[in-house]
Amino acid sequence: MTNEKEFKVTAIKDGTVIDHVPSKQLFKVIEILELENYTNQITFGMNLESKKLGNKAIIKIADRFFENDDINRIALIAPQAKLNIIRNYKVVEKRRVTIPEIITGIAKCVNPHCVTNHQPVETRFTIQSSGNSILLTCYYCEKTTDQINVIK
Amino acid sequence: MSMDAAIRNQKMKSLISIHDFSKDEMLHVLRRAAEFEKNPYQTLLAGKVVASIFFEPSTRTRLSFETAVNRLGARVVGFSDAKNTSVSKGETLKDTIKMVANYVDLIVMRHPLEGSARYAAEVASVPVINAGDGANQHPSQTLLDLYSIQKTQGRLNDIRITMVGDLKYGRTVHSLLQALSLFNAHFKFIAPPELQMPDEYKTYLRQKGLSFEEHTDLNNNIDDADILYMTRVQQERFQDPIEYEKVKNSYSLKKSMLAKAKPTMKILHPLPRINEIDADVDDTPHAYYFEQARNGIFTRMAIIAYLLISDF
Repeated sequence: MTNEKEFKVTAIKDGTVIDHVPSKQLFKVIEILELENYTNQITFGMNLESKKLGNKAIIKIADRFFENDDINRIALIAPQAKLNIIRNYKVVEKRRVTIPEIITGIAKCVNPHCVTNHQPVETRFTIQSSGNSILLTCYYCEKTTDQINVIK
Repeated sequence: MSMDAAIRNQKMKSLISIHDFSKDEMLHVLRRAAEFEKNPYQTLLAGKVVASIFFEPSTRTRLSFETAVNRLGARVVGFSDAKNTSVSKGETLKDTIKMVANYVDLIVMRHPLEGSARYAAEVASVPVINAGDGANQHPSQTLLDLYSIQKTQGRLNDIRITMVGDLKYGRTVHSLLQALSLFNAHFKFIAPPELQMPDEYKTYLRQKGLSFEEHTDLNNNIDDADILYMTRVQQERFQDPIEYEKVKNSYSLKKSMLAKAKPTMKILHPLPRINEIDADVDDTPHAYYFEQARNGIFTRMAIIAYLLISDF
């Protein structure tokens, strides 16, 4: 079993494996990272067994290496995601995503009267997180919520 | 470096939310407002043009701002109804603001969308004053409330304030709560169950170590107050009109209820009032809501001058 997992993770020569994504968030993660516009080889696995999450998804992207700011955009919906950086079939680095203090353009404001829901304005939130709870405060209308509505 | 210079170093370009001013800046603006009250005709801004753009109707706030601009010697351009502007042709807020900012030195704006003023400040090349963005913020009201409290009580610290009426949706009480939390206030919240102070503000006070009480009865909670801050209980806030009929009179202040009030207690109200303060209260020494509105002129003069004059 361990070997099989290892094989899945290292099956790309160079690139990034995003592991421990909750299965139900897989497609949102794909959208946030705009993988649909990417032309290199990408493989997805979904509903895989996971001790941590019970059920996880995995994304393997050939020849793509993420900046922290880019990858941390998925932290809101996949806070336990782990990155394995692959070079020449070997995991050379493991990274965790961290929840950024400010997030732009990913979440939708829950306030129906917020300007961001009526005018072409990119959303912006400051984030407070403690333990498993995440609070988003809209930079524009100043409303705070624990609901995360992904725009894309 | 003088105190004024120290404040100015961190001076904000716009006033969108009460959080945009530090405690020192608030006190600075209140001092300047007191000077304007003594000498209310100052042509400090001669030659300047201020845009007063009101995307939804307002009588009091708009006239107050425009009077303040005129007394400072500047001129006003603008509109009081978005129907007759290019907004009705579908122009985005960004384009309207960028265009107006080309013409003027400062923008005073009211807009029904929450966050619209923050957005305007972001796209405008001149300072913006938020004159109300939906149910969110109305910081000049908060500053004039502070000015009125300081003027009538001789201090801002350790005020006992009783807030009455619609504490759920009322933006004036939320901003005033945040501002007074800098001055060790004690709060009493009097509201029907449907319109109680939201949890986020109570959490805010707890985090600051400030005490508050919640009651539904007005009559027994007046006597220890320094300030009675009345707000309008609006019928449209109630899903059930019968519930509104039940509560509307219990949050209506009458002269007879003031018999044991502190002699120095003052009643504030952001106005317009409908039936929450009986007309017989107007003649008591406690009524202060009309003077409060007058104080708005001086406070707004001070805010405008502070944002436009670098060494003011």
